[in-house]
Amino acid sequence: MTPPQRRRRQPKQEPPPPPPPEVPEDGRGERPPERLYILTGEDNERAPIDLVTLIVARAEPPPSAAPEQSALLRICQAPLSVAEISAYLNLPISVVTVLLTELLTAELVQARAPVVRQAQADRSLLEAVMHGLQKL
Amino acid sequence: MDFKSSDTITGPRTEDHLPHSAQAAAKIVIVGGFGVGKTTMVGSVSEIRPLTTEETMTQAGIGVDDNFGSKSKTATTVAMDFGRISVTDQLVLYLFGTPGQERFWFLWNGLFEGALGAVVLVDTRRLEVSFDVMGRLEERRVPFVVAINDFPDAPRYPIEELRQALDLAEEIPIIRCDARRRASSRDVLMTLMRFLHSLTATGASA
Repeated sequence: MTPPQRRRRQPKQEPPPPPPPEVPEDGRGERPPERLYILTGEDNERAPIDLVTLIVARAEPPPSAAPEQSALLRICQAPLSVAEISAYLNLPISVVTVLLTELLTAELVQARAPVVRQAQADRSLLEAVMHGLQKL
Repeated sequence: MDFKSSDTITGPRTEDHLPHSAQAAAKIVIVGGFGVGKTTMVGSVSEIRPLTTEETMTQAGIGVDDNFGSKSKTATTVAMDFGRISVTDQLVLYLFGTPGQERFWFLWNGLFEGALGAVVLVDTRRLEVSFDVMGRLEERRVPFVVAINDFPDAPRYPIEELRQALDLAEEIPIIRCDARRRASSRDVLMTLMRFLHSLTATGASA
């Protein structure tokens, strides 16, 4: 019995550009309050926040904060990835991204940028991961 | 969508908190066809109970199905299971695996971009279900290793026969594993890391 046969593919000519790592400072104070309804619309503004950007609250929720912002600030007392925030709040990533963009603008949270794959991976990073895996 | 009252949201359990020293996170993606054990593998190595995140995409964003002139868009929700391993006090590794349809999660911007690499999990009873996902990784230059999830009743082909069938270059590791076992899944991740390390040594870009 022989297994089915695959043919390998070539890399596409232009790989998609990696998302810029830093957070923009736009959008200050211009958004309407009914955010949740435009979040999954066609012109949602996405900050370059990765699934594994670590978020830490910098302050207590202000009285003016929306319930979902308060909840986000509350669970981020210790660092938490964007993916975990999405899971715990039961909100899609795009919604969490918009909430975070606002909280970053208001300086209520701090974002710790992820380690992303470069054309040339960081050897010391890989060695640290291997060392950590050995302890599992 | 219903948002639960802020008071009812339960965040991570105390024992699931990352230390404040956690400075950065990296991610790897576990891919493969339906039912090959991706979620099992995530669960077996994760230090937290696996969580589920999701993204909603409109058809305009998906761009695969033409709506034949209709202006209405349908939203597709793509779910992703993930787990976490604290590698050091400063560095955290996240593992993403997915149930559901592969063609959608390649459109999930930022899932594969930036990932250190991928594990392609394969079931030899249905080798062909992993073909498409491997091709997409190759197109996107995401380095990957292949892990054969050894189901008891699956045919056991010699590794070299599998390498030929999967049309994989000599340097791409192929290993057998039992995704249910933590040590075995850990070894798969270790194989991926060694492979990524070897790429930095040779200067190749997969």
